[in-house]
Amino acid sequence: MSVATHDDIHAHDHHDHGPAKGFMRWVTTTNHKDIGTLYLITGLIMFFVGGAMALVIRAELFEPGLQYVDPHFFNQMTTLHALIMVFGAVMPAFAGLANWMIPMMIGAPDMALPRMNNWSFWLLPFAFVMLSSTLFMDGGAAAAGWTLYPPLVLQTGNALPFTVFTVHILGMSSIMAAINIIVTVFNMRAPGMTMMKLPLFVWTWVITAFLLIAVMPVFAGAVTMLLTDKYFGTSFFNAAGGGDPVLYQHLFWFFGHPEVYILILPSFGIISSIIPTFSRKPLFGYASMVYATASIGLLSFIVWAHHQYTVGMPLAGELYFTYATMLIAVPTGVKVFNWLATMWKGAMTFETPMLYAIAFVVLFTMGGFTGLMMSISPADLQYHDTYFIVAHFHYVLVPGAVFALFAATYYWLPKWTGHMYDEKLGKLHFWLTTISVNICFFPQHFVGLAGMPRRIPDYAVQFAEFNAMSSVGAFVFGFSQLIFAYVIYKAIKGGEKATSEVWEGAEAHGLEWHLPSPPPYHSWTEAPDQSLISELH
Amino acid sequence: MDDKELHKANARLVWRMVVIALLMFGLGFAIAPYYDAVCNYFGISGRVKEATAEQALKVDESREISLEFVTVVNGQMPLRFRAETGKLKIHPGQYYTVNFYAENTSDKKLVGRAIPSISPAWTSSFLKKAECFCFSEQEFEPHKERKMPVRFVVDPTIQADTKEMTLSYTFFDINEKTQTIKN
Repeated sequence: MSVATHDDIHAHDHHDHGPAKGFMRWVTTTNHKDIGTLYLITGLIMFFVGGAMALVIRAELFEPGLQYVDPHFFNQMTTLHALIMVFGAVMPAFAGLANWMIPMMIGAPDMALPRMNNWSFWLLPFAFVMLSSTLFMDGGAAAAGWTLYPPLVLQTGNALPFTVFTVHILGMSSIMAAINIIVTVFNMRAPGMTMMKLPLFVWTWVITAFLLIAVMPVFAGAVTMLLTDKYFGTSFFNAAGGGDPVLYQHLFWFFGHPEVYILILPSFGIISSIIPTFSRKPLFGYASMVYATASIGLLSFIVWAHHQYTVGMPLAGELYFTYATMLIAVPTGVKVFNWLATMWKGAMTFETPMLYAIAFVVLFTMGGFTGLMMSISPADLQYHDTYFIVAHFHYVLVPGAVFALFAATYYWLPKWTGHMYDEKLGKLHFWLTTISVNICFFPQHFVGLAGMPRRIPDYAVQFAEFNAMSSVGAFVFGFSQLIFAYVIYKAIKGGEKATSEVWEGAEAHGLEWHLPSPPPYHSWTEAPDQSLISELH
Repeated sequence: MDDKELHKANARLVWRMVVIALLMFGLGFAIAPYYDAVCNYFGISGRVKEATAEQALKVDESREISLEFVTVVNGQMPLRFRAETGKLKIHPGQYYTVNFYAENTSDKKLVGRAIPSISPAWTSSFLKKAECFCFSEQEFEPHKERKMPVRFVVDPTIQADTKEMTLSYTFFDINEKTQTIKN
């Protein structure tokens, strides 16, 4: 590029620097940072909404017997808690991070499809208003669990079509976000930023985006069949008309298993960014990380029926799904060992993001091990639908996905706001969260193995102590998150100025650390120098 | 890449992704008949839909299988449904007839359909029915009881260690369904 054209573009660009003013800025924005912020704030709000529902559940389970809510409302809470946490908190938060970070990491000015980006965010608030409104309808919200299994879910009143349409809207929103990410990464990379130079966060998101495009439509199709079964006389899942409710389970989990990886793969990317920075070493085994992520993505499509071992599968099916599921432990193990090797002999420091990253590695691995236990179909007959399952997926989703989101927030918050967050409060948040999350979920392994079923508001008295512990942990965990919200608020309002590199030596770990903190409204209006890219680890 | 080229490349990639999404949506629906075919082929999910003609099989007097009958009425359907016996000792290869009785306890005509299920699932392909009320819709006049015979045989090639089987029928109310279709 000659100097003359260079200056031309610059002069031409000057009029649209900086955001518009007022509320309409957020409604009409096509800027990747604004949309990222909107996604992240939505994720945080929904995290508190879903969390409040979790506390209703834990309050009811504090002691045996029925105390505060009736069983039907309890079931609505478990259903909505899950739907909101999965689709309202974790997925939008990851989409927010993708919007903020991907253009900065690959040296692009913005996302490839900015107007579609605006639309994919603004569908969300409407979807969640619709979903929450079902609580006030005749017969209440859907109460059949987040899996929405028929025939039980077909007993839902007026809430069913609203729940189904919410799923449709959320599906459209995620598919658009996923397409945007794929197009951005494939077509907008700066010269010199080859695929095997991409930061792992970008790689994991690309694979996640492919999973989203492949499975969200299947879920949309399955819930459409629920809708037509209930209102239009079809019999997809109705035995009387020649259908089979088990078909729904297959369709759901064909979506559902890739979905749980959609919730965890971006976390792997985040952890793979943070651990090298605070170990002051390049990531160990970059290429193997990319291949491991891709294999996890591929394997996720062929293991779905391990969620349905008790449904009456032929023996060959049970064996196949057992072995295929165990296979996943191999690429996941590669990742965990790569993280450990990255820390090995590193000059480590333990700022809040690193604390969360290390806690992620330890606690996610524990969730992984219980997953391995369940992959064995004869053993799973004992675990199925008990609190052991609840403990397992909360270990991979809370100290897994949610801890990765905490880590990412602390890691990039100084970059976003230009201010360092309060390290003391961050550490306090970390310790309260980590201790309470274990008090909350660890005892659930024990009651689960002893046979306490999930999704039941009452339980036998021998489970009382562990459930009381679990509830105490849940409440401490819940209220600790107010510290998190306050730390974010404080960093937005002010604080010690952050340098562009923020963390010592971070410049070698990603292009985002070469932009000032906070970064300009449009990230890389001129592609970053190729020498910058070749110097990255 | 200049702006125009980039725009074109973006549009191409977007359409490819949209096509994948649409195909996956279609796949969800395409799986339904495929799933049926697989279940029929393996004889799982209790699918015995058609009568098999009576044939002379070698009766294996040395073996005895205990066959249990379970009757279930789905939802709120006003039907009293029972089998004449709860349990029968049978020899593989021999034909038996068991009567089922269902009484409409309401003042309205009922149309129902019984769906069979056999467990353990892998035995279902060995239970062959020459006659069954489950092959067609059943109509019940108000407050009338009907006798519905099932004639069946257990194929003597069934695994030697089979000691117990359960045949269950669930009656579904399809009044609403037939009305929707007629309308």
